[in-house]
Amino acid sequence: MTSKKNSFIVFLIAAVALLALPLIAAQFGQGWVRIMALALLYVLLALGLNIVVGYAGLLDLGYVAFYAVGAYMYALLASPHLAENFESIKAAFPNGLHLPIWVVIPLAATIAALAGVLLGAPTLKLRGDYLAIVTLGFGEIIRVFMNNLEHPVNITNGPRGISQIDPMTLAGVSFGKPLEVLGFSVPSVALYYYLFLVLVVGSVVVCHRLETSRIGRAWMAIREDEIAAKAMGLNTRNLKLLAFGMGATFGGVSGSMFASFQGFISPESFTLMESVMIVAMVVLGGIGHIPGVILGALLLAALPEVLRYVAGDVQNLTGGRIDAAILRQLLIALAMIAVMLLRPRGLWPSPEHGKAAVAVK
Amino acid sequence: MDVFVQQVINGLVLGSMYALVALGYTMVYGIISLINFAHGEVLMVGAMVAWTVATTIPPGTMPGWLLMIVAMLLAMVVCAALNFTIEKIAYRPLRNAPRLAPLITAMGMSLLLQTLAMIIWKPNPKPFPQLLPPEIYFLWEDGPVITLTQVVILVVTMVSLAGLLWLVNRTKLGRAMRATAENPRVAGLMGVRPDHVISATFIIGAALAAIAGVMWAANYGTVQHSMGFLPGLKAFTAAVFGGIGNLTGAMVGGVLLGLIEAIGAGYLGELTGGVFGSHYVEIFAFIVLILVLTLRPSGLMGERVADRA
Repeated sequence: MTSKKNSFIVFLIAAVALLALPLIAAQFGQGWVRIMALALLYVLLALGLNIVVGYAGLLDLGYVAFYAVGAYMYALLASPHLAENFESIKAAFPNGLHLPIWVVIPLAATIAALAGVLLGAPTLKLRGDYLAIVTLGFGEIIRVFMNNLEHPVNITNGPRGISQIDPMTLAGVSFGKPLEVLGFSVPSVALYYYLFLVLVVGSVVVCHRLETSRIGRAWMAIREDEIAAKAMGLNTRNLKLLAFGMGATFGGVSGSMFASFQGFISPESFTLMESVMIVAMVVLGGIGHIPGVILGALLLAALPEVLRYVAGDVQNLTGGRIDAAILRQLLIALAMIAVMLLRPRGLWPSPEHGKAAVAVK
Repeated sequence: MDVFVQQVINGLVLGSMYALVALGYTMVYGIISLINFAHGEVLMVGAMVAWTVATTIPPGTMPGWLLMIVAMLLAMVVCAALNFTIEKIAYRPLRNAPRLAPLITAMGMSLLLQTLAMIIWKPNPKPFPQLLPPEIYFLWEDGPVITLTQVVILVVTMVSLAGLLWLVNRTKLGRAMRATAENPRVAGLMGVRPDHVISATFIIGAALAAIAGVMWAANYGTVQHSMGFLPGLKAFTAAVFGGIGNLTGAMVGGVLLGLIEAIGAGYLGELTGGVFGSHYVEIFAFIVLILVLTLRPSGLMGERVADRA
């Protein structure tokens, strides 16, 4: 173990590096900062799913549904969409609903948490594969609703999605335009990067505390042996619901961040593929292990961007059959198979509880 | 009345295809307790192979029905070889790994097959040639109709199902399969070789999925790389519905699910006054799945405990 002083130095270097990263990356173009911000968003999602899958051992393949719920909540409350479609809202708010984020984000988180509990409730008896397939179905149900809730009342605007979503506004500072600090101009994407970074750091702290808390230990006990956990007096029902709710809260917050970051959302962003990606991040990195999960998320989020450089050549070689998107899918699929075959417990598995990484038994 | 009978016919046709795919799921799950997520993709590959055969052989060289048979046989062979290989490289090495690992490789395999299909056959949807004569029969005057293709689908399904039941209940291989599903280790002691039986199961399942894929393509008239995933999921639902591990259950579950979807599609808009259109039919399978798993986890005909996880 490193001494306390050393770890402080490591912490300091890491902090400076993370803060300076977007400024350096900006030299190569704002696109890179954007990619880094999105990667952080995936880290946030993966950390949330890790609570459900990694700690409590509940394999959730519909996680993207909560992401979607958060994103749609933000989009509806912070865009002109509702006012354009409902006379009563138009009468009350002629310029459209633009609720402050202190209302919108907690609301999005709460609704997502409720959705999580709602999904959890009927599936409490299920484990492993059955749970996986039911949650997958739940994700699809939400997507079908997003796609079709434009008729007879237009709530989600269907496949066309919702646009003109307000950027985040924090303490009077709008994240939509560059911020002038001491003569420097910090661009909008970098602001989002910092916001997501703060959230990720906060989540890591929360997850770490959860892991070592009584609740976290109880979750792991359920993951290891549910019947034994129940026999020891744990309320497995409430604990599982709590895990679903907590994970969903993370998803909801990430979703509202995504909506404000993009300014536009549509059901396209919340497909099953996205759910599979997030599960793959958690599992490839090292299930139940925070550094592993972060590694997995960064790897899979960054991979496609690196591919852009290779994709051109490959595309020419294959006569246009393989473009960047296809190559990305191909590599993700191969990574999922290869990593599981070579390291079934993930790239950076949790060292402490060897048996614990066996998620479902 | 006409609408109802029409939807029952459509539902039976759809359901019989679900049933064929569901059998592959239920056999694999019954023996090695793995949800083979890539099974729907096997259906897609079958359809794609048949499309390739049907479009490369110049028209007129052989009658449509013969071409259909050739395409179907070739699709069955390719899919069987494919599924055999998948089991060997992706699932067999993980047989004793944590339960999550084979599930993830299965999802990876599903994604891989879709991507490869996209590379080989291009992502755009392709029309599937009309191989069987486009005849339509009226059940009664101005009443519900059934196409020749639909009749063929029903007949082929029934023949395949009968063949499978004969195989499982009457042959040596079938007995070995049942024994392995019961207890692979004891079966091994009795001279059954579980690895061979598992390979055989994957091959048979793939052949059935290929049949379903070709007929799916013939019935709907288009093929695409993503066509397999949703039918695959629904077929799994059907397998759970009927009681996983139970062959008759998978057939009944498949047909019932097809009927539920078709009848739902016919009446949903009317019943809800236009609030819910027929798009919502896509979620019926999942609602059925949730209901079955919460109310009767062992399915309609299953005796196994669903708590196996």
